[in-house]
Amino acid sequence: MSVATERAVLQQNRSPRGERVLRALRTPSGAIFVLVAVLFVAVLAANPSFGEPGSLIRFIGRTAPIAIAAIGQYFVIVSGEFDLSMGSVVTAQVIIAGNLIGQDESRTLPVLALMIVFGAFVGLVNGLVTTLLKVPSFIVTLGTMLALLGLVLFWTGGAATGNPADSFRQIGRGGIQDIPVLEVLPYPVILLAVVAGAAFWLMRRPYGRTLVAVGDNPHAAALTGAPVWWIRTRAFMLSSLAATAAGVILVGYAGVHPSVGQGYEFTAITAVVLGGVVLGGGRGWVLSAAAGAFALELLFTLLNFLGVESTWRDSVQGAIIIVAVAAASRNWQRKRRGASTQAHDEHRPIAAPTPAPGTEGGT
Amino acid sequence: MNRLTSTHIVYLVALVTIIAGTVLVGTTGRNFFSAGNISDILTGTSILGFIAIGQTLVILVGSLDLSVPYVISLSSLVGAGIMANQAGNILPAALLALLVSALIGLANGAVVAGLKVHGFIATLGMGLIVSGYLGSTYQGSAGQAPLAFRLIGATGIGPVPVSTLIMLACAAVVLVMLNTTRLGHAMYAVGGDAPVARMSGVRTRTPVIAAHVICSTMAGLAGLLLAARLGVGSPTIGSQGGYDLLSIAAVVLGGTLLAGGKGSLVGTLGGVLIFAMLDNIMSVLQVNPFLKDVVRGIVIVVAVAVYARRRTAQRPARFGRGPTRPGDTAPPPGPGASRQGNGPARGDGTDARNEVPA
Repeated sequence: MSVATERAVLQQNRSPRGERVLRALRTPSGAIFVLVAVLFVAVLAANPSFGEPGSLIRFIGRTAPIAIAAIGQYFVIVSGEFDLSMGSVVTAQVIIAGNLIGQDESRTLPVLALMIVFGAFVGLVNGLVTTLLKVPSFIVTLGTMLALLGLVLFWTGGAATGNPADSFRQIGRGGIQDIPVLEVLPYPVILLAVVAGAAFWLMRRPYGRTLVAVGDNPHAAALTGAPVWWIRTRAFMLSSLAATAAGVILVGYAGVHPSVGQGYEFTAITAVVLGGVVLGGGRGWVLSAAAGAFALELLFTLLNFLGVESTWRDSVQGAIIIVAVAAASRNWQRKRRGASTQAHDEHRPIAAPTPAPGTEGGT
Repeated sequence: MNRLTSTHIVYLVALVTIIAGTVLVGTTGRNFFSAGNISDILTGTSILGFIAIGQTLVILVGSLDLSVPYVISLSSLVGAGIMANQAGNILPAALLALLVSALIGLANGAVVAGLKVHGFIATLGMGLIVSGYLGSTYQGSAGQAPLAFRLIGATGIGPVPVSTLIMLACAAVVLVMLNTTRLGHAMYAVGGDAPVARMSGVRTRTPVIAAHVICSTMAGLAGLLLAARLGVGSPTIGSQGGYDLLSIAAVVLGGTLLAGGKGSLVGTLGGVLIFAMLDNIMSVLQVNPFLKDVVRGIVIVVAVAVYARRRTAQRPARFGRGPTRPGDTAPPPGPGASRQGNGPARGDGTDARNEVPA
């Protein structure tokens, strides 16, 4: 990188806040927020009552499990791997809750602890097999997905029954009553806010920075002394724990059913990719992944209000994903390194006209 | 030992599976090598085999195809729908079904190569589009395959079913294409390193598009074969089988790198054979259907783990044996190397810091 380019990057990073935000909105990770806003306006136009605080907060509550799953999947994808076992983890946790808690309120906390340990364990296995045995994560998590679902269905005989105690289901269904404007603040919304906040904080910590570096170039990260295997393994554990949280919410929402987590991994990956995170790792922002989940749910809501037949929803979803990712990939290609954009943009040579004093044209 | 490429190991694993199968099936008082059982196993290879052949090409060029289950369903519906129990319609129906499949593959390839969308997303999206069409157009199974067509799925030469023979013929054609033609070499080149291939004068889009078209056409063939077996077309036949992920697993089990550029079709066939034998053994032993998935999942991971650290089978050398590159999978960072690496990095950092205030 030439000196002039470095200077241009510096100038850019010191530009006023408004300008920097505008520039961020032009990257795929920022554009998702524009997409969410556009979809939101479209839904409002189709059904004005959607904008009331009460129904809005319930919409956020409905989206919480998939947004939490997308945040978990983000950690794995940004580190350059895949987690296909997410849907099976959700199903397994839902069935564990249904069968072990039963109607016994006193078991809620021990079983919740067990679910968290189980989630972390699945992630640990995925991570260790991927990193230490060098099996591609696509294959590892595919194996976990088949094995976990098979085990759970074998345990319950294929027809999962059981209904956990009401206190446990309240996590997914209930909320804090008598809030002034919103009427009710659902627990899933609080959980989502906590998870999003924690993820945002974590990605600014050394761990988050190293995770992105590992996803961008694992060899370079290893040479700087990062324990690549342990960083990736922790990403898998975070992903499975996020799936556990999504499962806990879904028990309250959807009840106990073996197909409750079906396809969750693909929805989560879709949300993450819609959020501008690049498959292969090293690019993207964690909150954009959550925004991707909201974009997907808003899209479904819009199709619902427009009266599109539910069978065509898949087609529209598929077309939107392809178009959005195609647009994003053009954008990433134009600006190779995300954050420092214009300096690398061949079409806007801001670096060239201002060579640094004392250098020969900045080479 | 280091001479063993992954293809050899796949067939060693297959051999172990045969021995285990002989013993396990023997304990139930039946013969693993009876004509009926061999015919069962080979029948089991045909459907997954078709899909895995195509999937191998797609993975070799560095993409993925998750849309195969929906292409299979669509092809079975188009085929059986047009045949409508008239023997005269077999040829046009089959051709049209394959044409539709090839067009989906063309769209996949165009999105992956032209718009630079990751194959995972492009084919996931295309699969969703087709699945939406299937769900809105067909309520359940439709069409009717005539008897002459159904015989393809039912007859065999000796213990070898016709469907397996067709699959092996397709594999042979694709194998020749991969190893001797310009297109085949270009596929390896593009999958290995697309920018380098482009700078060497290879058209990088053509191999990707061709791989997707062939893969979808193969899926279409599998769909027609399923229609021949069932006698009708069904909108859920593809997604029920989970053929997308299973075929990818078979390809990786066969030693092809998921990142593309290295691998062999022969290995893939070995992977398919292992899956088919595994299914057969578990069916004979009457294993609980849910536990079958558990076994399958564990076998996939363990088998790939066995040779994940080994050299992958590369394409046959064209200019004699080149020097083998030692340690091309793992970087050789000894403690000394990393210390060396740290030095300049720290120097750069201080330089930059000095420069900021200037």
